[in-house]
Amino acid sequence: MTTAPKEYHAPVWNEPVIMEMGHPGRRGVLFEAPEAAVARSVPDPIAMIPEGLRRRNPPALPEMSEPEVLYHYLRLSQQTLGMMGMSIFGTCTMKYNAQINEALAWRPEVTHVHPLQHEDTLQGALEIVHEMDLALRELSGMDQFVFQAGGGAEAAYINAVVTRAYHASRGELKQRDEIITTIQTHPSSAATAAAAGFKVITLMLGENGYPTLDSLKAALSERTAGLMVNNPDDMGVYNPEIKEWTRLVHEAGGLCFYDHANFNGVMSKLRASELGFDACMFMLHKTFGAPKSGVGGPAVGAYGCSAKLAPFLPTPIVAKMDERYFLDFDRPQSVGKIREFWGNFQVILKAYAWVRAMGADGIAQAADISVLGNNYMEKGLLAIRGVTRSHPDATSPRLEMTRYSLEKLHEDTGVDVHDVLNRMTDFGIDAMWTSHEPWLVPEPFTPEAGEMYGKEDLDRWISVISRISDEAYSDPEKVKTSPHNQSIHRLKPGDTDDPKLRAMTWRAYKKKRG
Amino acid sequence: MRDGSAHPYMANSVADIQSEMLRAIGADNIESLFAQIPENHRLKTPLNLPPRLSEMALRRELTRTLAKNETVERNLSFLGAGLWQHHVPAAVDEIVRRNEWLTSIFGEPSSDHGRNQAWFEFCSQIGELLQMDLVGMPVRSWGTAAGHAIRMAARITSRNEVVVVRAIDPERLSVIRNYCEPAEMENHIAIRMVGYDSATGMVDMDELKAKIDEKVAAVYFEVPSYLGVIESHGKEIAAIARAAGAETIVGVDPISLGVLTAPVDYGADIVVGTIQTLGVHLHAGGGTGGFIASRDEDRYSSEYPTLFISISETLQPGEYGFGLSLFHQSSYGMREKGKDWTGHSVYMWAIAATTYMALMGPRGFEEVGSLILQRAHHAAEMLSEIPGVDVRFRNGVFKEIVVNFDGTGSSVQAINKALRAEGIFGGKDLSVDFPELGQSALYSITEIHRLDDIQRLARALKKAIAK
Repeated sequence: MTTAPKEYHAPVWNEPVIMEMGHPGRRGVLFEAPEAAVARSVPDPIAMIPEGLRRRNPPALPEMSEPEVLYHYLRLSQQTLGMMGMSIFGTCTMKYNAQINEALAWRPEVTHVHPLQHEDTLQGALEIVHEMDLALRELSGMDQFVFQAGGGAEAAYINAVVTRAYHASRGELKQRDEIITTIQTHPSSAATAAAAGFKVITLMLGENGYPTLDSLKAALSERTAGLMVNNPDDMGVYNPEIKEWTRLVHEAGGLCFYDHANFNGVMSKLRASELGFDACMFMLHKTFGAPKSGVGGPAVGAYGCSAKLAPFLPTPIVAKMDERYFLDFDRPQSVGKIREFWGNFQVILKAYAWVRAMGADGIAQAADISVLGNNYMEKGLLAIRGVTRSHPDATSPRLEMTRYSLEKLHEDTGVDVHDVLNRMTDFGIDAMWTSHEPWLVPEPFTPEAGEMYGKEDLDRWISVISRISDEAYSDPEKVKTSPHNQSIHRLKPGDTDDPKLRAMTWRAYKKKRG
Repeated sequence: MRDGSAHPYMANSVADIQSEMLRAIGADNIESLFAQIPENHRLKTPLNLPPRLSEMALRRELTRTLAKNETVERNLSFLGAGLWQHHVPAAVDEIVRRNEWLTSIFGEPSSDHGRNQAWFEFCSQIGELLQMDLVGMPVRSWGTAAGHAIRMAARITSRNEVVVVRAIDPERLSVIRNYCEPAEMENHIAIRMVGYDSATGMVDMDELKAKIDEKVAAVYFEVPSYLGVIESHGKEIAAIARAAGAETIVGVDPISLGVLTAPVDYGADIVVGTIQTLGVHLHAGGGTGGFIASRDEDRYSSEYPTLFISISETLQPGEYGFGLSLFHQSSYGMREKGKDWTGHSVYMWAIAATTYMALMGPRGFEEVGSLILQRAHHAAEMLSEIPGVDVRFRNGVFKEIVVNFDGTGSSVQAINKALRAEGIFGGKDLSVDFPELGQSALYSITEIHRLDDIQRLARALKKAIAK
């Protein structure tokens, strides 16, 4: 089977913006007329609105029939490359989104259920949430999980809020106002800690690709509230001193949070609790087989912690007594709510279905395959002209991803990483991840093979990078002017950030560009 | 798999492929690739998880578990209180489930053009409902939108107190508290609560005037309120806020905006609200989603934590595309120096909402608004005819009504239990969070509640009360 780049051309529909479509009078939804008795008792519903609050000008929404709307959005879905070619995106531990998960998640027992229903009418949902809690406890060693967070960043925020509550309960919050993180930890750890009111101390990397113990020791003090880190980091580098880190942070009186965004490289290999962490976070989207949805969710950040922190968790906790499941709101030290209700059951269900379809062996093997795939790709990618690896002196095999650099290619040819991303899409391959900010490596890129794609696909992916490298050296304009086979051409540089031109709504566009 | 068979989700779970890959990289075994993880970090015992299931077994088992849920399809539900049962056109479900964007990664504007356009259309249509030019990509819920908006206002005004009207969802208020407190933190925002008039359910204007001063960054109130009341002091509230140099933040349910005037018309500076009512099912709470909108001015746009999608020209004359805007100020761009934080949100629900809004058009919004008003007011009338039942705040409610049972001698809890036996989910019990309302429940009546549904409720209530 050939693994040469696929010849690909995206559908081009020249689809107008929906605000330009439609015709006055067309309808996409009809509502029934009120029953005669209702119409008699409330003959003029608009009159029930207090004077001055009635809408005078109808919203300028498109007026369209159902098929027009349906086909417009189907055409837009066709103009979305998504996973149809191949998409490997680092720092995400992406999974296959099994169709059985979707089939189950759209059953009425999931979609047509209100979170405020009496517990007796929610036993199926609560059972699944509880079982998912138990599975995550097994994977992490934590004592209790909550699913209220609408994503990984929000779970990091729960950690910051729980950290506040823990220190406040000991009368130390005024004193403990610093969170330590590392430059290779996801931005959400730093950002959520700051939003929760902490000062953020960021440790830079040492020679081995992770911060030195000395830098940690220098940052620790009686002001330390906690540590928030990924491990391995986004370069695929594991900090072998992490047990000593958590010991030192505890010694200083702080709490330790493990952001498991990069779980693939370590899943089933270790437990957060045994490394000394007090809390951790999993992304049930991405890592546990629920869709990432174009970086958009709906998502669930599962936050788990030790018994020490459990009293502070957001309410409610799903619990089981005898054979009955219930929502435990009776938690006097709880931080309350981070988001309304108790979590996105639809996503929890998909994740639970994934865990059950994988089993312990499947999860262990997914870690093996993703690490194998990454090292296999690394061999192929480093053979390509212009591609280098971060920390070339750190020779141990990287875990589930590797951070590369196109600095050499850029110096030699003028083609930068964004040009390469655009050109990749011409072969039906969606853009790879560059790096979180700040870029420690020039012109970075961070693919993550994962366990979903077969060897042939990985070979094809490598062959695309190889082909683009060849083009950069032989015909750089071809790469710089890409994409050539996409639904549209490259955006004009600067347009979307120029205050005079940028427009986040059609209203603004009409005002700014006439 | 370790038992010898490949796993359907993993193409490389075949032994000879793995051997070939290991040979290619010159490694003896997979274990050696984990050399970075020290031996004493490693888990010594196998994971204790249930054995893997085939798809057939998985479907059978989970279908059986899910059957233990009662649905609002098989029962008659009047639960709202932050998440509402509305009609979702089938075309919305078809669009939102498309695999192309269900599983897509964050690609280039050119490769994921369609998804970016759909997102822009979501913001554009929300903008028309709100009559506002700047709409961010959605956040995770109404409460999180309100929390972010209050923090935005604090940054804009360099003040650290906020006035919040008490007729608010206690869950939403709890979320807001977590965005503002505790007092020990330097960026603490103190919350001043303002009561509501016990007769009308509307803001207590005297108390509001007394609570506002030059320390207040913003006033936050909702239309309709948590108790369903259409607040009619908006203009006055905004004027008082403006005079004190504070921002006016209004929370709104956008499904009301075919019949209710946009908050900007009574002086809102920042508007937040839910997107769940725009074509998203309940999902046991997973349907939540929020938006933040404002005027398109730097003082606002520079403080958003959300991602933005801007329309743009492409290198091809006459063609437009869509790309991220103001990304640099987000936490992705600036880590702890960014505006609050962003991350995975509910962008698929934005796809549902944009489809819904396009199907509805101006007439659909007007009709659904009218129908909700009509049915809610009719329900209020019918229920208040039941001896001992009193519907509060009768003038100017939208889709939630406060039904008081003090005169019946029964508790909401007992009544809801009796209703449940009849296949009816009664309203949210308010007696704990709003003790001043006695034994009251919040009943949500939307366009889906037909006359016979309301009659059935009235009959069941009479029976429950008679017990």
